[in-house]
Amino acid sequence: MEKMSRVTTALSSSGVSGRTMFCHLDAPANAISVCRDATQVVVAGRNIFKIYALEEEQFVEKLNLRVGRKPSLNFSCADVMWHQMEENLLATAATNGAVVTWNLGKPSRNKQDQLFTEHKRTVNKVCFHPTEVYMLLSGSQDGFMKCFDLRKKESVSTFSGQSESVRDVQFSMKDYFTFAASFENGNVQLWDIRRPDRYERMFTAHTGPVFCCDWHPDDRGWLATGGRDKMVKVWDMTTNRAKEIYCVQTIASVARVKWRPERKFHLATCSMMVDHNIYVWDVRRPFIPFATFEEHKDVTTGIVWRHQHDPHFLLSGSKDSTLYQHMFKDATRPVDKANPEGLCFGLFGDLAFAAKESLISSDANRKPYPGGDRRYPIFFFKKPDPTEQFAHVSSALSVFETDLDSNRMDWFVKTAQLYLLSGKPFAELCDHNAKVARELKRPQVSTTWTMLKIMFSDPANLTTPGANHNLSKLGSLPLMNSFSMKEMGSGMGTESRLERSKGESRQDNIHLEPGNSHISNNNEENEETEGSEGQAEYMFGDAELDDDDLYSMEHDNQAEEQEYTLPQEAFQLRHEIMDNPSAPEHLQQDKADSPHVSGNEAEVTCLTPIESFSLISISQPLFSPHLPASFFCPIVREMLSYYAEQGDVQMAVSVLIVLGDRIRKEIDDLTQEHWYMSYIDLLQRFELWNVSNEVIKLSTCSAITCLNQTSTTLHINCSNCKRPMSNKGWICDRCHQCASVCAVCHHVVKGLFVWCQGCSHGGHLEHIMNWLKSSAHCPAGCGHLCEYT
Amino acid sequence: MIICTNKMEYPLRTQCQRVQKQVMVNGEKERVSLLFMKALVSTGSVDAVSQQMASHPQYLESFLRTQHYILHMDGPLPLPYRHYIAIMAAARHHCNYLVYLHSAQFLRVGGDPLWLQGLEAAPPRLRLLDHINKVLAHQPWLTACSHIQTLLKSGEQCWSLAELVQAVVILAHCHSLCSFVFGCDTDSDFVPLSKSPNGTPPTFCPFDAANGNTNVPQSLATPSEHKTRRRSLDSSCDIVCLKERIQKSQEEREKREERLLQTQTLQQTDMEEEEEMICFADPTRFITDPDFCYQEFARREEDHFQVFRVQDYSWEDHGFSLVNRLYSDIGHLLDDRFRSVTTLPSLHSPDLKRAIWNYIHCVLGIRYDDYDYGEVNQLLERDLKLYIKAVACFPDATKTPVCPLSWAPLKTSERIHVNLLIMEARLQAELLYALRAITQYMIA
Repeated sequence: MEKMSRVTTALSSSGVSGRTMFCHLDAPANAISVCRDATQVVVAGRNIFKIYALEEEQFVEKLNLRVGRKPSLNFSCADVMWHQMEENLLATAATNGAVVTWNLGKPSRNKQDQLFTEHKRTVNKVCFHPTEVYMLLSGSQDGFMKCFDLRKKESVSTFSGQSESVRDVQFSMKDYFTFAASFENGNVQLWDIRRPDRYERMFTAHTGPVFCCDWHPDDRGWLATGGRDKMVKVWDMTTNRAKEIYCVQTIASVARVKWRPERKFHLATCSMMVDHNIYVWDVRRPFIPFATFEEHKDVTTGIVWRHQHDPHFLLSGSKDSTLYQHMFKDATRPVDKANPEGLCFGLFGDLAFAAKESLISSDANRKPYPGGDRRYPIFFFKKPDPTEQFAHVSSALSVFETDLDSNRMDWFVKTAQLYLLSGKPFAELCDHNAKVARELKRPQVSTTWTMLKIMFSDPANLTTPGANHNLSKLGSLPLMNSFSMKEMGSGMGTESRLERSKGESRQDNIHLEPGNSHISNNNEENEETEGSEGQAEYMFGDAELDDDDLYSMEHDNQAEEQEYTLPQEAFQLRHEIMDNPSAPEHLQQDKADSPHVSGNEAEVTCLTPIESFSLISISQPLFSPHLPASFFCPIVREMLSYYAEQGDVQMAVSVLIVLGDRIRKEIDDLTQEHWYMSYIDLLQRFELWNVSNEVIKLSTCSAITCLNQTSTTLHINCSNCKRPMSNKGWICDRCHQCASVCAVCHHVVKGLFVWCQGCSHGGHLEHIMNWLKSSAHCPAGCGHLCEYT
Repeated sequence: MIICTNKMEYPLRTQCQRVQKQVMVNGEKERVSLLFMKALVSTGSVDAVSQQMASHPQYLESFLRTQHYILHMDGPLPLPYRHYIAIMAAARHHCNYLVYLHSAQFLRVGGDPLWLQGLEAAPPRLRLLDHINKVLAHQPWLTACSHIQTLLKSGEQCWSLAELVQAVVILAHCHSLCSFVFGCDTDSDFVPLSKSPNGTPPTFCPFDAANGNTNVPQSLATPSEHKTRRRSLDSSCDIVCLKERIQKSQEEREKREERLLQTQTLQQTDMEEEEEMICFADPTRFITDPDFCYQEFARREEDHFQVFRVQDYSWEDHGFSLVNRLYSDIGHLLDDRFRSVTTLPSLHSPDLKRAIWNYIHCVLGIRYDDYDYGEVNQLLERDLKLYIKAVACFPDATKTPVCPLSWAPLKTSERIHVNLLIMEARLQAELLYALRAITQYMIA
C-alpha cells in the first residue's frame, strides 16, 4: 500500500498519462469502478472480482478478492463501487441480494468487511455518499432502497419505491441530502436521505425501465437518465417540475450513462443489448455521437471516466471478458465520416437538398434555385462554440420547387366539387365533367370523358337523322380519318370546343395533343372516333346540339316513365330518405337514377333502328358505326384500373358512378368497394363532406352505402334541466318531464322530431311542415322566422 | 398520392366500433363480453381457451392482443406459415384442440391443404424448424447457437432473423398454450368427438370451432356464458353485413374443407374410413422424433449444461430489447402479459406466485441468484408440485392432469390463475433460451 500511494502522488502531479490498452479478464465483467486517484480499477462480475493497477503501458493484476474454494453467491457482483474518499473501501451489490463491503486494509486474504443481507432480491446498485465516509446506499429489485451506516450492523433507513424494482441510485454531487433513484416502471424519484417516509419528487422519465441515472458533476440541477426505450434524457431539476432539456436517441437500450469530466455537455453511454460500442455524446448535438469507441466484441457492461478531472481516459469492462482503457484521441469520430447531405420532400412536393458548400459551388452547371438569395436569411449560422468540438460544416441548401399547378391537390378539390355525378342525362354529365377537367388543365381526363360519352351514347345519336348522317359520313372516310387526325384533328377539335367554352387559353392546344395520342394508344377504335370528331367539325357541332335536345326530351319522357317502372331499385336501400326533410336531395335522388335508366332504356328501344341501319349500310365494311356499348366495357374497365393505379381514384369512381349499370358488372365488387373507400377517404381528408356523402349515396356497393348508417346517434339534452338525456328521447330521467313536445300539437314527439336550428323549437315533422306552409313564424310563438326547406 | 385504404378492414372496423358502442362497459362481465365481441368480430371465433381465461379479464385482454398480433398482424412471416408453425408447436404436445384450431385458420388464410398431410408435405423451410420446435418444447436448455446458425445459414431455404424471431415467439406461445389447455382440460372435450363413431363422419367437425356462428362452442362454454354472448350479438342488428361476410367465408371454407377431405380421401383410398379420420386427427404427422420428451434437468446438471442465470440474461434487460428489435412491438405485448399475470388479483400470496414461477423456471434449468429454493418446498405441497411439473413439462392431451387435493375448495378462477402462471413462466423460459441463443449467434 505504501508503494502504491507513492506512485499515486507521482501520477497526480504529472497528470495522468497512458495509451489505449486492454487486458483479458477470466470472466465477463458486470461493473467497474476506479479509486479516487485513478491508479487502480476494480472489476466485478459473476465470476470475477479483481483489482488492476493502471500502469503506463498495461494493466497489472493487483489483487483477487474472490477467495475461498467454493465462493458463495456473495461474490457474484451486479455492481461495484470504490469509495471516493476512503481508498481502502469498496462496496459490491450481490446478485443474491447481499450488500457487501470490503476493506483492502485488512491483513487477511479475505477482505470482506461487512455483509448486509436485508434485501430480498438482487441488488442492482450500490452508491457511496460522495463526501460522507460511512454512508452507503443500495437499490434492489425488491423495490427498496436502503441506507447503511458502515459503523452499524444494519441499515439505518429504508426507502420504499412502492414495489417497483430499483435500477439505479445516485447521490447528488452537490446536494448533501439528495439522491435520485430510477425504476423499472420508468419513473425517477428524488429522495431526501433524512426523510425515508416519502419521496420529495417523482416524475416519469422513460417508457419502460430506467436503467441508469447520473448527476452532472458540476451543474447541480442536471440529471441524465438512460432507459430501455433507447433514449438518454437530461433533466433540469432546479425548477419545480423536472424539465427535459436534452434528449439523445441512441440505437439500443441504454445501460449506463456517465457525464464526461470537464466537458459540460458531454456524456458517455453504453448499451445492454445488441450494440457493443461506447458512445460519447454532445447533448446539444443529439443526432450523431461525438466520439465512439468500438473495441469491444460483446456488450459493454461498465464504463467509468478514469479521473474525476481528466476527460481523456475512459475505462470500460465488457461481457467479452476484457477491460479497456480508451484514449479519447483514439476514438472514432462519426462526424468525420458522416455525409452532411440531406434530401427531403416538402408537403407540397418541393424538394430540398442540402450538401456541403464545396460540392455545390464546384458544380458550375447547377444553378441554385431561382431567387435563392431571398431565402438565405432563414438559415442562421450557428456561432462556432469553442466548447462544442464538433467539426463545423456549412452546407448549401437548394430548394427545387415543383410546378405548383401540377402537384397541388387543388385540382382534386375543384374536380370533386365541380363534377356532376348524377342529376342529368348521361351525355350532359360527360360533357360537363369533360369541361371541368379541361378547365383544370387535365386534358387527358377531359378527353376520356368525351370519349366515354361517345362510346356509351352512340345508340342515342343514331336515332336522330343528324347523327345518322354524321356517322354514315364517317363511315365513308374511314382511312382518312385516322390519317388526318394527326395533322389537323387536334387543332380543329379544339376549335370546336372553343365554341362551346369561351375564354380558354391556347394552352389547351398543346395539352390536347399529348392527351389524345396518349389515350389513343390504348385503343384504336377510340382513335378513330376521336379523329372523326375533329374531321366533321361543323357537323359535329350540329350533332351535339341535337344530342342535347334529344337528351333533354328523352329524359323528360323517361323520368315520367321511370316513376313507376323502377322504383324499387332506386329506393330500396334508402327508404328513410322519404322522411328526410331535405327535399332537394330527394329530388336529386330521383334524377340521379333517371339517366341510368334512360340510358338503358334508350339502348333497348334503339336496338331495332340500329339493326336496320346496319343492314342498309352494309356497304361500309371497314368499321361498323354502332358498336354496342358493351363492346367498350373491357376497354373502359382497363381504363378505370389504369386511373386507379395512377392514383387518380377520383376519375375511376366518378366514371363508375356516371356510367352506372353500363360498367358496373364488368368490375368485381371488391375492386369497386376498394375504389369507393379510397375516394371517400380522400374526400374526407379534404373535408369535402358533401361530395363524400353524395358518393356514398350514389354507390351501389352495400358495404359503402351502409357507411351512411354509421354514427347516426344524436345526443340530446333535456329542454328543461339542460342535462343529457340518457335512454329515451322523449322523457328525461332527471326531471321526469317530457322533453320533446311538439310546438304545434303539444304532444310528446316519439319518432321523427324536426326542429329549427335558429330557435330550437320544433315538433312532429308533419305538423311543422303544415304549419310553415301557412305561417313564416315559429309555431312556439317565439317570433323567430323559421324556415323549412 | 396514396389512396389505398385497407378494403377488408374498413367495414369490419366500423362494425366493430358500433358493436362496441352498444355494449355498456361497466364491470368485469361487460369487459369480458366486450373482449369476446372484439374477438368474434375480428376473427369470427371465441375459442375455448379464451372462455376459460374469461375469469381474468385483465389478463385475457393482453393475451388476446398478443395472440392476435403474432398470428394476424404485421410480421415478416406469411399468414399460412404462422398457423402451420402453430400446428407444429401444438403437435409436439399432442394437443388436438390447438392443432384443429390452427388447421382451420391455416386453411382460412389460404394455406395449401396438402401441407396438412404432414410435415413431409410442408416446404423445407418449415421442416427446418422442426428441430428447434422439438428442443424448445421439451428441453429448452438444449437450444444452442448452432441451431440458430443452421437456420440462418444462407441458402435457398434460409430464414431471416426477423422471421426466425417471429417463428420462435409463435412456437413458445403455442407450447405454453398447450400447457394451459392441458391444465384446464380443454382438450379432453375434443378427443372423444374427433375419434367418434366408426363409419359415419362425426357430426361435429373440429374446423367449426373456429367459426363464430356454429353451435360448437356450446359444448365448451358454460351455457350461460354462451347465451349472454349470443344475446349481445343479436341485439346489434347492424352487423348484417358482418354476418354475411362470416357466412361467405364459412362457405368458402367449407368448400376448401371438402377439397381437403377429397385430397385426404384420394391419398388414402385404401384406408378404412375410420382410420382415415383418426389419421387426420393424429397430430404426430407434424413432428418427428415423437419419443423426445422432457428429461429432468437436475439430473443432467453434471453434464456440461450450465444453469441459466436470470441475472445474466433476463427478460427485462435483455430478452425484451432483442425481441423488440427484431419483431417490433412484440416486446411490449409480451411484457404486458408477464406483468399482468403476476399482478392479477388473486387469493394466492405473492410469495406463492413467485414460488410457482421460479419452480417452473427451475425445472427448465433457469435459476435466480436471489431466490431461496427452499421456499418452494415450504410453499408448494408435493401434489401441487407434481401437478405444476406435469402441466409445464408433460402437457399431453392423452392424459388428464391429476389435480392436487388441496384444490378442492378453490374456485375455478384460482385454478385457472395457477395455470396462467404456468403458461407464462414456461413462455418466458422458452423465449429466454431461444433469445439467448440468438444473442450468442449475433455476437459470434
